[in-house]
Amino acid sequence: MKRHVSAIIDDEPLEFLCDDGQTLLDVLRDVLHKTGTKEGCGTGDCGACSVQLNGRLVCACLVLAAEAEGARVDTVEGIAAEGELHPLQRRFLEQAALQCGVCTPGFLVAAKALLERNNDPSEEEVRYWLAGNLCRCTGYDKIVRSVLDAAADLRGETA
Amino acid sequence: MSEEKKFRWVGTRPIRPDGIDKVTGRANYGADFALPGMLWGKVLRSPHAHARIVSIDTEKARTLEGVRAVITAQDLPDLFSEKARAQGGHHDMNDLAQNVMARGRVLYHGHALAAVAAVSSEIADRALGLIEVEYEPLPHVLDIEAATAEGGPLIHEDRVTQGVEASGPSNIAKRVEMGHGDTEEGFAEADIVIEREFTTSPVHQGYIEPHACLAQSASDGRTTLWCSSQGHFAMRDYTARLLGMDLSLLQVIPAEIGGGFGGKTTIYLEPLAVLLSRKAGRPVKMVMSREEVFRASGPVLGTRIKLKLGVRSDGVFTAGEATLHYEGGAFGGSSVMAGCMTVFAPYAFPHVRSIGYDVMVNKPKGAAYRAPGAPMAAFALETVVDEVAARLEVDPVDLRLRNAVKEGTLASFGPRYKRIGCVETLEALRDHPHYSAPLAANQGRGVALGFWFNAGLQSSAGVNLNPDGTVTVLSGNPDIGGSRASLAMMAAEEFGIHYDRVEVVVADTHSIGYTDVTGGSRVTFATGMAVIDAAAEVMRQLRERAAAVWEVDAEKVLWVDGEARLEGDDEREPLSLEKLARDAGRTGGPISGRAALTARGVGMGFGAHICDVEVDKETGRVEVVRYTAVQDAGRAIHPSYVEGQMQGGAVQGIGWALNEEYVFDADGKLENPGFLDYRIPVASDVPMIDTVIVEVPNPNHPYGVRGVGEVPIVPPIPAVVNAVHAATGVRYRDLPLSPPRVLKGMATPDAA
Repeated sequence: MKRHVSAIIDDEPLEFLCDDGQTLLDVLRDVLHKTGTKEGCGTGDCGACSVQLNGRLVCACLVLAAEAEGARVDTVEGIAAEGELHPLQRRFLEQAALQCGVCTPGFLVAAKALLERNNDPSEEEVRYWLAGNLCRCTGYDKIVRSVLDAAADLRGETA
Repeated sequence: MSEEKKFRWVGTRPIRPDGIDKVTGRANYGADFALPGMLWGKVLRSPHAHARIVSIDTEKARTLEGVRAVITAQDLPDLFSEKARAQGGHHDMNDLAQNVMARGRVLYHGHALAAVAAVSSEIADRALGLIEVEYEPLPHVLDIEAATAEGGPLIHEDRVTQGVEASGPSNIAKRVEMGHGDTEEGFAEADIVIEREFTTSPVHQGYIEPHACLAQSASDGRTTLWCSSQGHFAMRDYTARLLGMDLSLLQVIPAEIGGGFGGKTTIYLEPLAVLLSRKAGRPVKMVMSREEVFRASGPVLGTRIKLKLGVRSDGVFTAGEATLHYEGGAFGGSSVMAGCMTVFAPYAFPHVRSIGYDVMVNKPKGAAYRAPGAPMAAFALETVVDEVAARLEVDPVDLRLRNAVKEGTLASFGPRYKRIGCVETLEALRDHPHYSAPLAANQGRGVALGFWFNAGLQSSAGVNLNPDGTVTVLSGNPDIGGSRASLAMMAAEEFGIHYDRVEVVVADTHSIGYTDVTGGSRVTFATGMAVIDAAAEVMRQLRERAAAVWEVDAEKVLWVDGEARLEGDDEREPLSLEKLARDAGRTGGPISGRAALTARGVGMGFGAHICDVEVDKETGRVEVVRYTAVQDAGRAIHPSYVEGQMQGGAVQGIGWALNEEYVFDADGKLENPGFLDYRIPVASDVPMIDTVIVEVPNPNHPYGVRGVGEVPIVPPIPAVVNAVHAATGVRYRDLPLSPPRVLKGMATPDAA
C-alpha cells in the first residue's frame, strides 16, 4: 500500500505516492524526476543530496519520503528564483568552483542554508559548515572563496 | 609561435559553457537518465576473496514476480582464444570479461557473478537474495609478501611472468626493467649512498558519482547506452567487443561525468546492462551503490618500493636504483611500468635502473588513478632526496636544482627531454614567499618535485559554422573539469570572435570520429589541437568564399579578427563571419570542418609543492596548515581550471598521505567500503591551496599547452611526509600517516 504525500517542493505544490521505506531522495529523483539532487553514497556521508526540509539542511537520502508530508522541500533546482542566478551560483561559475559538478548541487544548497543563518561567516565557519559535503575535484579552495564572496554580495558589499 | 603573441581569450577566465546547467541541477549525469518501461539492474557480488563457484542456481530469482532477466557468465560470449586489446586502451579483453562477470571462480570480495533486472530496484535486490550460490573457498593472497612467497597459493595456475624467460606459474604477472649506465659504478663514485624501503596502502579514486548507465537494446541488436565515463568510445569498444557486437551497432551517449581520476576509463556495469536489456527486451538502468564502488571499481592497490640513491658530497646524484612491487589486483595490470619510468624522471642520472613487478593479489582489479604509478614512486625518491639534503646540510630546493633535468638531459626512461620547465618550476617555488615564511612550534615544512608524461593519443573534432555566424564545436571527450571552456576559448581565439559565440558539444559515438579517453591530461592539449585544425579548415573555406565574392585568388584573402580582408587593400569592406555564414547557401553550401589526429609532441609536466604541517604530539594528528603548488602548464588556456587541477590534485594527495587506505580483514573482506570509514579530505581538513602557474610553452602545441591534470597528485605525498619529518624528526616510510602511525613513529624514532 503506497502512501500519498503532499509537499511544497521548490515552491511548487506536488503530490506523490511512496512506499513507507522509500527515501526522499529516491522520490525526488525516480518519482518526481527532479534529478538535480544527486546521490553519491546513500548513507549521509557525502552531502551530494543536500536539500532543505522546512528550512533545515538534511541529506535527502536519510529522510523518508513520508516525512515530507505537508513540508517545504528546497532543492538546487529552486535556487535560481525565476531564472535569476543566486549570488552563490554566480560566484561558483565566476570562480570555477566546480570541475565535474556532481557535488555542486549539494554544496549550493548547504552554502545557502549557511548564509541564511549567518551572512558574514569566517573562512573557518564556511569550512566546518561544508565539512559534510565531499568534493573530490577542487580541493575546496574555490568553493570556500565563492561562498565568502557570495556572502559579501548578499551583504551588499560588492558591486 | 612567438612568445609575444597577444591573445584575446587564451589566459582569460570566462564562464564555462556547461556552467549554468551544473549550478542549477539541469546537467544530466550517469544516473539521471530514465526511459519508459525501464527496469532496474543489480549485481550479485562475491562474499569471498577467492573461491570456486560450484554452482549458481538462479531459478528462484528468475521466477520472482517482477524479475525480467537474470544473467551469469554463461550468458556472455566465450572468452577470446587470443588476447585482444581494445583500441586505445590497456585492458586485456580476457581479463576484462572475467572481471565484469566471474567465470568458474571469484577472485576478490565484491567480484560480480550474476545480475538481475526487475521492475523496481527493491524487487531486483530481493531477487539477488534468491540466487543460490555454492562456493568452495580457496586460499587467498592479500599482499605482495604472500603473493610472492615460495609455494604460496596461485591466483591463476596457468599464468607465467611476462618479461621473465622460463618462468613457471607465478602471481607475478609481469617484470619490467629499464635504465642506463652501470649503477654499480655510479654507487662507487658516491660519497653517500642511502637505501630505503617504502610501502603504500590501497586507495580509491573517490569520485563522488558512482558508476551508472542505462542500456536499451533492440531485437535487431542495435543498442543505445547512456553512461558516465571518461571516454564513451572506450566504453563502446570494450562493451561491444566483449559482447561480440559490431561497433557500429552500439551507440554510446555520454552523460556528464561526476569525477573519474582514471577510474572511469574501463567498464563494469555496461555489458551487463546491455545483456540484461537484450534478454528482457526493455531498457535497463544500473547504478552502483557506494559500497560497490569501493568493493568492485577502481582502486589503486598497495605498493612496496626499495630505492637506493648515490650522491657525491657536492650534491650531484651519481646513481639511482629502485625495485618496485605494485599490486595489480586479481588480474595484474598495475601501473608499475609507469612507476619505473617516473621514479627517477625529475633528475639527471649518469647511472640509473628500475625494476618493476606487477603482482596479482585477491583484491579488485586495479584501475588508473591520476598519474598512475607516479605518486608512490615520488614518495620514495623525494623523501630520500630530502634525507640527502639534510645529510649534506644543503637547501632541499638547491639540491634538486643541482640535479634537475632540462632540455637535452637523458631521461631515466629513455629519451632526451625536449623543452621542459623543471628548473623554472623549482625556481618559482624557491622564490615564493611561502618558502621562507616563519614556522610556529610543532610545525614543519616539506617540499617535493613531481613529474608526469602527459598523453597525446587520438582525437577528433568538428567545427560547424551556423547561419548566424555562431560556431558549434564537436568534441569526443567528456568534459570532466572544464574542457568545454578551454576548447571554446581556443576556437574563439582562432576565429577571432567572441567566446560567447562558440558552443561546445560532447558528441556521441555516432556523431564524431573516434576519440580516446579523457585521461592522461590530454584533452586541452590533444583535442585542442584537433579543434584548432578543424577551425583552420573552416577558415580556409571562409577565405575561399570571400575570394569568390571578390573574384580574387584565395591566397589574397586574410582571416583577421573574425572577418575576411583582402590583402593590401584597406579600402575594401571586409566580409564578416556573420555575412559569410548567412550567405553560405548561395556561395557553395554549409561550412564545416573536421579534424582527426594522433597528437604528437606532448609537453612533459613538472610540479613542485611546499607543505607546512602542524603535528599534535599528543594525538599524532597531522594538520596541513599552509600549502603552495607550483606547476609548468606550458600555457594556461583557462587559468582558473588549471589552478583547480593543481588544488584538487594537491588535496587528493594530502588525503593519500594522511588518511586514506583500504582496510581488509584476514579473509580479504574490505572493511571500510564507505565515505564514513574511507575518509577523503573535507573542507575543514585543508587550508587554501596557493598556486603558481609557470609557463614554459610546449613548442609542439600551437598555444604551448602542456597537460596539467595529473602532475598535481605526484608531489603531495612526499611534500607532506617531508614536512612531518621536519616537525617530528621522524622519517615515515609507510602510508598513510594516520595518528596511530605518527604516534608510534615518535615513540620509536628511526635512527635515520
